[in-house]
Amino acid sequence: MRLETISMFRFLFDRDTWQEVLDSLNKNKLRSVLTMVGVWWGILLLIGLLGSARGLENSFNRLFGDYATNSVFIWGQTTSIPFRGFQEGKRVRLTLTDARKVEDNVKGVEFVLPRSQKQTSASRNFQSGNFQMAGDYPLLDNLQKKNLLTGRFLNENDIQHNKKVIVISEDVYKQLFEKGEDAIGKYIDVSGINFKVVGIFKLDTTSRGPKQDLHIPFTTFQQIYNQGDLIGSLMITGKPDFDIKQIELDTKLLLKNLNNIHPDDTRAFGSFNLGKLFERFSGFLIGMQFLTWFVGISTLIAGVFAIGNILLITVRERTKEIGVRRALGATPFEIKRQIVVEAVFITLVAGIIGIISGGWILILLNHFFGRGDTAAIVNPSVSIAIVFVALIILVILGTLIGLIPAFKATSIKPIEALREE
Amino acid sequence: MLQIHQLHKSYPMGDSSLHVLKGIDLSVNQGEMVAIMGSSGSGKSTLLNIIGMLDEADSGEYILDGLTIKNLTEKKAAVYRNKFLGFIFQSFNLINYKTALENVALPLYYQGMKRKERLELAMFHLGKVGLADWSHHLPKELSGGQKQRVAIARALAANPKLLLADEPTGALDTNTSHEIMAFIQQLNDEGKTILMVTHEEDIANMCKRIVRLRDGVIIEDTKVNQVRAEQYV
Repeated sequence: MRLETISMFRFLFDRDTWQEVLDSLNKNKLRSVLTMVGVWWGILLLIGLLGSARGLENSFNRLFGDYATNSVFIWGQTTSIPFRGFQEGKRVRLTLTDARKVEDNVKGVEFVLPRSQKQTSASRNFQSGNFQMAGDYPLLDNLQKKNLLTGRFLNENDIQHNKKVIVISEDVYKQLFEKGEDAIGKYIDVSGINFKVVGIFKLDTTSRGPKQDLHIPFTTFQQIYNQGDLIGSLMITGKPDFDIKQIELDTKLLLKNLNNIHPDDTRAFGSFNLGKLFERFSGFLIGMQFLTWFVGISTLIAGVFAIGNILLITVRERTKEIGVRRALGATPFEIKRQIVVEAVFITLVAGIIGIISGGWILILLNHFFGRGDTAAIVNPSVSIAIVFVALIILVILGTLIGLIPAFKATSIKPIEALREE
Repeated sequence: MLQIHQLHKSYPMGDSSLHVLKGIDLSVNQGEMVAIMGSSGSGKSTLLNIIGMLDEADSGEYILDGLTIKNLTEKKAAVYRNKFLGFIFQSFNLINYKTALENVALPLYYQGMKRKERLELAMFHLGKVGLADWSHHLPKELSGGQKQRVAIARALAANPKLLLADEPTGALDTNTSHEIMAFIQQLNDEGKTILMVTHEEDIANMCKRIVRLRDGVIIEDTKVNQVRAEQYV
């Protein structure tokens, strides 16, 4: 057995072995090439599709990257069902009390951030514009990562002292400031009150969810606009192990209870559930990856079968040659070994060419669709591990499929093979 | 050298079977040159194939150089063929994508000989058949006579005990046939034992002994005065 292993090893590194393989492939150049096309195409599809799927995943991740994905926004609207003496069409306003109750009573809640917002005009010197402004807590930065270009976001100190500071978006900066002007520490006028600019952030154009151009401390907002207990909306994040959809349902039910709203009233509260959206996208991605593997592997198997099929024809055509070789002293094992090595060699070469051209496809995809902030595909790539797995699968499939023509070749007696014309 | 005793062989033909060899007794000594003659269907090719271990007898005894050939596995048969026998075919059976030299070296490859040694030895044998200058030509670039000479060099390469030729001149014109026969006679003069199947009287007469087969039995086994082929060349 050990001797056989050694001889097999020597066989694989023997110049003659490869001479034989190349000779017989060379003999039928066109057919060898056509044979390879199947496997090449299969691998190309696998690499191309897997890479694109990864690119889409990356682009989704970038899209959601700035948000905690297990979060939900809830705001009050108007009721649609009369309840406890209230007519339908009642305006629903959330309060700080609601926020506290949600935080205390709903299972799985991590943060509850109240927010107030309004449309407002802002001006500086002679420039002005209309913007969405929100009164926020510093924690917002954890939930919806602000991409700060310069300065800082709101902090606890701003909240405690009702400071008149403001964080503005790049768009606001462009409208109110001269190009290249340093805005930090400068004041802008918002509905007649001067706010000091402490930070500028880049508005993520690909982001989903409510968009805000101006952020001021929540407490300042409540004081200036005399909001008292009333708030605009709640942002809720769930703890990692809890289902954000359930949290949304529980929260809404609690809020309905607190505000005398019929439990079946679906219009009383509006909501935007990032978790739900994210789940749908990840489901889509998983489906796509599954499809990719399925299509890729099927094509690969079909390709390898094509190789087996063509080798079978080749063996048929070479029956006489095989008979001669056996008359000259080739053992059945030597004949089989040769054919299997041919099969594996063709599969591997086709596979490697497929991987390389798959890589080129990904480079092209990246070149045409992967540029810029709104790119549909981000960094399409396939991990080395997958490439190795694909290669190993190819070698195994090539060996298995090579065995069929190999056994076919030696099943004919040499005498019959020689008689073949 | 070779003893055959009561050899029987039949092939199944649908429901019945065709009895091809009906008890052959034959003994060949070292250095003999035997022609096996007979019309088609007489069983001469079957006999040669059994001697060549390409086919197996149903019953009877076959001893080659003191070794009983019976119930061989494919692997063992391959090794014996490689070691003991050299084949020359009617249609040459050279491998068409290999050069003359590589064709001659093929039996040595299956012996496990190293490439360099193998090619040297093959070159030596090609030289012996006078084709040293043609060593790197493909079979399609050679004439019929040249192809058969390459085939003879290949049969000789492994230095076999017995040379088996199946109609070696069947595909050649008269002149070339004589050339090839002269060459085979020369090998016999050097001591090689040769067994050939033919249906041409003049070719058979160039051997030293003629065995005639009809319907699976030997009807005649005579020594003849060898006609030398050189005189026609």
